[in-house]
Amino acid sequence: MAFYVVQFLTGLASAASLFLVASGLSIIFGVTRIVNFAHGAFYMIGAYIAFTLTERFSGAFGFWGGVVVAALAVALIGVLVEMVLLRRIYHAPELFQLLGTFGLTLMVEDLVVLIWGPDDLVGRRAPGFKGAVDFFGQNIPSYDLFLIALGPIVLGILWLLFQRTRWGVLVRAATQDRDMVAALGVNQKWLFTSVFAVGVFLAALGGALQIPRDAVHHAMDLRIIVEVFVVVVIGGLGSIVGAFVAAVLVSELNAFGILIFPKISIILVFLVMAVVLIVRPWGLFGKPEAAARKTPGLTVNPWRPLTSNERLAALAALVVAAILPLFAGNYALTVGSEIAIFVIFAVSLHFLMSVGGLASFGHAAYFGLGAYGVAFLAKMAGLPMIVCLLLGPLLGCMGAAVFGFFAVQLSGVYFAMLTLAFAQIVWSIAFQWVSVTGGDNGILGVWPASWAASPSHFYWLALGVAALVTIALRVMVFSPFGYALRATRDSLLRSEAVGINAKRIQWTAFVIAGTTAGIGGALFAYLKGSVFPDNLGISLSVDALVMVLLGGVETVSGGVIGAIVYKALNIWLVSQTDLSKLVLGGFIVLIVVVFPKGIVGMLEVLAQRRRKSSPPGSSLLAKPIESAE
Amino acid sequence: MRARNYFVGAAFAVLAGSMGHSALAQDIKIGEINSYSLLPSFTEPYRKGWQLAVEEINAAGGINGKKLVVISKDDGGKPADAQTAANELVSSEGVAMLTGTFLSNIGLAVSDFANQKKVFFLAAEPLTDAVTWSKGNKYTFRLRPSNYMQAAMLVEAASKLPAKRWATIAPNYEYGQSAVAVFKKLMSEKRPDIQWVDEQWPPQGKIDAGPVVQAVAQANPEAILNVTFGPDLVKLVREGNTRGLFKGREVVSFLTGEPEYLDPLKDETPEGWIVTGYPWYSIKTPEHDAFLKAYQAKYNDYPRLGSIVGYQTIKAAAAILAKAGSTDTDKMIAAAEGISMPSPFGEITFRKIDHQSTLGAFVGKTAQKDGKGVMVDATYKKGSDYLPGDAEVEKLRPKD
Repeated sequence: MAFYVVQFLTGLASAASLFLVASGLSIIFGVTRIVNFAHGAFYMIGAYIAFTLTERFSGAFGFWGGVVVAALAVALIGVLVEMVLLRRIYHAPELFQLLGTFGLTLMVEDLVVLIWGPDDLVGRRAPGFKGAVDFFGQNIPSYDLFLIALGPIVLGILWLLFQRTRWGVLVRAATQDRDMVAALGVNQKWLFTSVFAVGVFLAALGGALQIPRDAVHHAMDLRIIVEVFVVVVIGGLGSIVGAFVAAVLVSELNAFGILIFPKISIILVFLVMAVVLIVRPWGLFGKPEAAARKTPGLTVNPWRPLTSNERLAALAALVVAAILPLFAGNYALTVGSEIAIFVIFAVSLHFLMSVGGLASFGHAAYFGLGAYGVAFLAKMAGLPMIVCLLLGPLLGCMGAAVFGFFAVQLSGVYFAMLTLAFAQIVWSIAFQWVSVTGGDNGILGVWPASWAASPSHFYWLALGVAALVTIALRVMVFSPFGYALRATRDSLLRSEAVGINAKRIQWTAFVIAGTTAGIGGALFAYLKGSVFPDNLGISLSVDALVMVLLGGVETVSGGVIGAIVYKALNIWLVSQTDLSKLVLGGFIVLIVVVFPKGIVGMLEVLAQRRRKSSPPGSSLLAKPIESAE
Repeated sequence: MRARNYFVGAAFAVLAGSMGHSALAQDIKIGEINSYSLLPSFTEPYRKGWQLAVEEINAAGGINGKKLVVISKDDGGKPADAQTAANELVSSEGVAMLTGTFLSNIGLAVSDFANQKKVFFLAAEPLTDAVTWSKGNKYTFRLRPSNYMQAAMLVEAASKLPAKRWATIAPNYEYGQSAVAVFKKLMSEKRPDIQWVDEQWPPQGKIDAGPVVQAVAQANPEAILNVTFGPDLVKLVREGNTRGLFKGREVVSFLTGEPEYLDPLKDETPEGWIVTGYPWYSIKTPEHDAFLKAYQAKYNDYPRLGSIVGYQTIKAAAAILAKAGSTDTDKMIAAAEGISMPSPFGEITFRKIDHQSTLGAFVGKTAQKDGKGVMVDATYKKGSDYLPGDAEVEKLRPKD
């Protein structure tokens, strides 16, 4: 019995650390609607700075003072980031801020190694909480008891802050309707800055408090960021109590789950999230999202098919790409094939995001399923390459059909997180089912048949498929189906009122996007000759998002440009510099600031201006129309 | 159609010409790939190690009079990116051979690439047995003692312990799984009386150490096998120390004696764990002294195990190239099979039968000295003594 009590308390201690970080994220998202990917980075910087301070100043005062000062210092960095970077992009399309914070995260990962060196750092134990307390023969670390107490205390303070102060009232009002708060004369700028500072402070505090338990190292951010997102979503976005309950739920399920299934930790949080979201689409304590007012600017320039001149230009670009093998070497061609494959991947997500308004955080699942489909067919059934290429993507199609059915019942960030959960479930199956998938050692030896083996032939194959896929998706955008899909994106209510079966349309779009991604994955398997669980992983899903956002989510085919720029730059930087993450992150941040509509989006704006050569009045007109819902 | 084929042919002719040209050039190029950005705590010392080797080789006149150049690429911890890098090194840089890699799945991906493109690959670090056995191929050689060898070294010491009830803690991926599987198999062969009472599989890099420690303690084992390393190990040790998990229990642990993983533990270092590792401070052989002196003179820092791996990888590559007298892949393979060479750990041989080197490891016990973790009573175990017999190896390895 004592064991179960101690295990429960241990779970509570884990929950407390998780809650500190998650509460910060929840607050930031609730008010600013920023999916703050850099939250893990702030957590990590908090730990690093606290490590330096606590090593420098010993004693109880040095330790606790160091922890608090570190959190304050990071909050200051957060303020700086908010004022310099995020303020410029609040009015960019939804999720665009994700791109900026992603760039920051990349930079921070390289910076901490530059500043603090490559070794794992182990800090001091907390003065006064070094030992353990005996509980019927079981030991509970006293630091765990401290954390268990701290969790509810922070929860209480936050509750008081939100319920009993004017600032809290404003924050809650802004969470519900930030435009209305602004209309009532509240200085939104400072409200957002202060909220961001509080959220970052909590993240950094969470990081600093890990010093007595953990090692400080440069991958701490990725270890926590996905998990806290999941916790926030399970609890319900913007709900602090929800975040607390979710943290406890997840930690306790893990603490007791490993007693029965020792391998469960790897997937547990995602299973819980999938179940919770299917049963309660807005999380445990969340409320249905108020129909968010569309950011003005969305579809201000109505989409239109390419003019015949533009078609010729696109054709010319394709021809130029197709004659590359005449003068480029094998390496350039293989990189070209990889870029073409990522164009397929990016346009498939772009179709879902820009036309359907459904941002998937787990799109790599269908890419990877396509790759595994090919690997199974080629290695187990021994089918020829052409058959594998045709049938392999069907696995992606089936995956998208099953998961898409559940996912499209949700919208917004909940949709995104459910797709993430499904992707992680698929990933963990590929990772764990060693006898079939080879586990993380993957499936090797999936090389192309001799007709496609030479780099130039494979390049033509990949380029041809990429061109076909892009054209097909464009045709679909301007087909009746495309119009119906755009109607569901712009107004679910109105589209249903005119007789569109929105869920079915969205589901179809999801399946189309998943199958297309599967085609990319199938080609990828042959390009690399092997398939690994990585091909389904979170980082690949994030790559796809970044490509789409970089290209411009409001454009018809921005994903093409986004994929080419991001992938080419990534490969080139990794090959040329040891600080590729720092440079790439810096580049992304720069793009975000200079091109808040993405590269293609910005080009379109410029072209528009030139055509009209009069100040754009349309965006003023658009706002009342958009907000008239 | 015919015109296009003509162009393709011309392009290939130009390409072939340029490749021939680079082979004639004065330098010999080696391509090196590792997870520099993902695992800096291992790869930074590793990089220093191979840079030292390059310097020494060129100071001694290069390879048969030609200068050795190493072109190094980062794989970011992703097999797909490692293949992109491998392709760049082979197609665009025209390297004579590929070396490096840390993670097992990346080692396998590059090995498969080497097999497909018929390129020589000297794997530095990946520990999985598959590299030389179940997925071994003609083009791939490996320097470091494999999972099997390290397990066999530990089992030798562990089987002498009186403990009968064993629990295991290992990261939930191939390395952890196969380390536990081999250890269990070899252990149970020597000690049929052993019971395996619990196993914990925390995700790599994400251990929730408190509940794991508590769960293992609940099973009340007499001895524990640990395979976690890096930050996971730190968390496990800290929780284990506070909760008294290691008190009165024997612990056998993979890799924990390597400075990369032992040094961060400082005054938390548990006493008396049986570990594999690298006690650079207590190795007193002329070969190692020379290496240590050169390393400390160049970097003003002490070597980690990564330094040894990086250093010996390039030394081995140079020895193979010198013996082959050519950068032709088949000649290099012929030269590498059975080649013997000096190393900081004494003479090593790349076996003909499975392309595994006989580089060994040190087995000893952990202890604390002046608030720092050290390995004591360490003895060097030759790799050749811990590999299965030839008949068994032939069964494990596919025919080329």
